[in-house]
Amino acid sequence: MSILSTRKADKIDSLAEGGTSLAMDALRRTFRSPVAILGLVIVGLFVILAIISPFVAPKDPYRPYPELKAELTPSNIPGPMPGFLLGSDQNGYDFFSRLLVGAQQTLFVGVFATLIGVTIGMIIGGLAGAFGGWVDSLLMRLTDIMLSIPSLLLAISIAALMPGSQWTVIIAVAMIGVPVFARLLRGAMMAQRSSDHVLAATALGVKRRTIVFRHMLPNSIGPVIVQATLTLATAIIDAAALSFLGLGDSDWRRAEWGLMLGNAQELLSVKPSLAFFPAIAIIVVALGFTLLGESMRESLDPKNRR
Amino acid sequence: MALLDVRDLSVVFKRKGTRPFTAVDGVSFSVEPGQTVGLVGESGSGKSVTSLAIMGLLRKRGAEIGGSVTFEDTELLTLSDKQLRDRRGRDLGMVFQDPLSSLNPVITIGLQITEVLERHRGMSRKEARVEAAELLDRVGLPDPQRRIDEYPHQLSGGMRQRVLIAIALACRPKLLIADEPTTALDVTIQAQILSLLSELVSETDTALIMITHDLGIVAGLCDDVNVMYGGRIVERAQRHDLFDRSRHPYTHGLLQSIPRLDAPRGEPLTPIRGSVSDNIEWEQGCAFAPRCPNATDVCWSEPPELKADDGRMLRCHNPVAIGDAVTEGAL
Repeated sequence: MSILSTRKADKIDSLAEGGTSLAMDALRRTFRSPVAILGLVIVGLFVILAIISPFVAPKDPYRPYPELKAELTPSNIPGPMPGFLLGSDQNGYDFFSRLLVGAQQTLFVGVFATLIGVTIGMIIGGLAGAFGGWVDSLLMRLTDIMLSIPSLLLAISIAALMPGSQWTVIIAVAMIGVPVFARLLRGAMMAQRSSDHVLAATALGVKRRTIVFRHMLPNSIGPVIVQATLTLATAIIDAAALSFLGLGDSDWRRAEWGLMLGNAQELLSVKPSLAFFPAIAIIVVALGFTLLGESMRESLDPKNRR
Repeated sequence: MALLDVRDLSVVFKRKGTRPFTAVDGVSFSVEPGQTVGLVGESGSGKSVTSLAIMGLLRKRGAEIGGSVTFEDTELLTLSDKQLRDRRGRDLGMVFQDPLSSLNPVITIGLQITEVLERHRGMSRKEARVEAAELLDRVGLPDPQRRIDEYPHQLSGGMRQRVLIAIALACRPKLLIADEPTTALDVTIQAQILSLLSELVSETDTALIMITHDLGIVAGLCDDVNVMYGGRIVERAQRHDLFDRSRHPYTHGLLQSIPRLDAPRGEPLTPIRGSVSDNIEWEQGCAFAPRCPNATDVCWSEPPELKADDGRMLRCHNPVAIGDAVTEGAL
């Protein structure tokens, strides 16, 4: 009874505000769930860390320290010592500082890979959705072909064909997302094409371009944004996988979690923490983005609207 | 010279693997400047498809459109897509049935009015905004200066329909097509919207095609009424002739199925038996024959023609007798 009446009161409140849009409503419902808040906290901390890490890292992550180098042998990598919280890495660099700065590099790869994927995917999906007909058929068959190749295999092939650099990783990972975003936007735009308000705008003689950019696109973008959040998680994992397989950045000094994990694989018996910490960091961050993205998707889904 | 002249309009939907479906079949009518014409029929009678065909809003693929639609000496059916877009909104306006889904949910109502003004009347953004506020004021939206920056979901159903009317009339079209403009509204709002429509239309001398299934709306608004059944016009008459002496059994049945205040207490309503799905093909006979109380053998075997009769156009072999119609059909 009490639950029922508070629900009712909620409803009346929202009516009194003059109703709420789907987006606002979805946002409110998203952050009613503890899972979403956990995701938001993880992502928030990660982003803050990525921004401030160069300033708070106790040591320079790109310079070997003689104190560490002195004790570094092929079978012994120094552990924690005064001033070096997690000790040395295999090259005599400060491991803790590298872990912190790694947040920035990892976020950089994840964000750019996703952005490039979203951009290319939206261009393809947008063209298909705006024109329909043979343009749509052609572009969608192309994305079908891309989708038919297992995603990691696609990324590996692209990465193997290009010189090993950070941008190679970014582009290879971006290509995984392209067909997904293309399909998503195309589907949403197709639904908009036959919607009443697009018909009404057409009946008013509004130009095709205006209809696409002002009436169809803004109403189709929601699912793409949600998918982008989810893709950030997989992009970080995929980038790490490429680095791990040795197809990543050829600059071994770069403090990026995937790369650090990849370079630590021969040293698992010597100092497992070199692999353990980057791996945990990747898992937690990917989990954060996934939790956030999934909760957003759920609350934007009209089927779950209460 | 008629403003709009529809001649022998037909729309056939064709899809691979299915039988072609004739939604509109040989429909002809004309609209004079400033005149209000009703297009009445139940769901599936082809009235909405007729309006979409006039506006050129049917997808070219899948729909085969025949006949001619002449608007001020221009044949609309052969215009290119671009030429049509220039005319729509400026010369021909349309108000749709569902005011919520016909407005773009993500942009303000102000922008939805100004985009039409900028497009067709070449106004600057500033001029268009001033004009938009005036238009909203004219359709009776309270506090237009504030409302202009609101989104569709912040307005009530009646207000949204007012906004749609404001948009449709923004460029002072010569012809406005209203496709069931009040169906989604409750009865008190319906009356307000209808009186607003008729007021604006007579003020600006706009011709109006009113598409509806509600004979009450027709009675209050239209000069001429076309009753459609199964994609064809079955009766066309002036408003008073139609309501005082409906001759087609279908029109007659429609009128009898409406509750009347002046009917004796306890008198049962007489529904039309069956449903549209009982129709036979017009090529075989009269599509209404299976549901018609007057049907005789000739109705099942010979398609009736639309003929002048008793000051109206009628498509029926056995019309309701004049004497009966007067006593029973009076509204």
